[in-house]
Amino acid sequence: MSAGNIEFDEVEVGQALPQLAIEVTPSTVVLGALASRDWRPMHHDKDFAQDRNGTRHIFINTPHNAAYFERYITDWTGPRGRLGRIQFKMRDSVFPGDTMDFSGKVEAKSVDAAGCGWVELAIELRVGEKITTACRARVAVPTAPEDNPWQRGGEAWKPAV
Amino acid sequence: MTALPEEVEAWIGQRKYEQWGAFEVERGYIFTSCSSVQNGNPIFWDEKVAEEITGGPIAPPSMISVWFRPHYWSPGLSEEALALQLHFDLKAILGLPEAVMSDNTITFYEPVRVGDRLKTTQILRSVSEPKTTKLGTGRFWVLEVEVENQDGKLCAIESYTGFGYQKGNA
Repeated sequence: MSAGNIEFDEVEVGQALPQLAIEVTPSTVVLGALASRDWRPMHHDKDFAQDRNGTRHIFINTPHNAAYFERYITDWTGPRGRLGRIQFKMRDSVFPGDTMDFSGKVEAKSVDAAGCGWVELAIELRVGEKITTACRARVAVPTAPEDNPWQRGGEAWKPAV
Repeated sequence: MTALPEEVEAWIGQRKYEQWGAFEVERGYIFTSCSSVQNGNPIFWDEKVAEEITGGPIAPPSMISVWFRPHYWSPGLSEEALALQLHFDLKAILGLPEAVMSDNTITFYEPVRVGDRLKTTQILRSVSEPKTTKLGTGRFWVLEVEVENQDGKLCAIESYTGFGYQKGNA
């Protein structure tokens, strides 16, 4: 999935985002934990994860999950897409040996009083048939070639709804 | 384990652990984070694109919690410092030795820029009645972390739902 340059008028409600598959290895989990400065042992020590957390292996941590969702969203929007809010619920953990399958669709779109174009996304992270994490995201995309959501601030940037 | 201790009741809504990050926002961690998820967004890799789109280098918004996580060790520190201290305070006072995070919501305001120094404040929003899940019996709690930059501008509000539990009594 290459970086796009989505504009608001090109987005349709119900539109599917390109799918993304990631093979998870122990290195994936440990790299994400260390990149997010999360030193807790359940993200790098299999014995600890099994004995203390009762899980079958080390597992991906919360900020790493968030980083994957951000990547998935901005792969689609391109660099001018700006995240306003991301909300996710981890129903199950992701372990080495799993394949993470990301899919998403556009649930709604709107332009706010300041002229900012918002797209609401529903994203699922699946391992096999199971949804391990459900995510909702609100991302601003340009409403015109000269619009840049990153230049918005104060009253012109309303990420909360 | 049914009544919530008064001390915990009193924490709800209280602003606690106002802390500055241990170091400025820097590009090394930005590159490492982007590498960890293969995020090729050019605003994080290409200074010219960053200048044009974001007015200079910024950090990925999802990295917001990275900047206030303490070092694993630093001189003079006798024990491991913990991010989200309030989460660990709750585990200790409620006698729940294990915990996992289930829900995470982050709302992004002012972009975090390279060189920023961030300040965080932790707020307990709620604690549930005892619940039993497949992990064990314990309580859910909701914590918020407000993040401001050195100019006092709000950068993000992060909300976590944690589940503290005892294993084996599910």
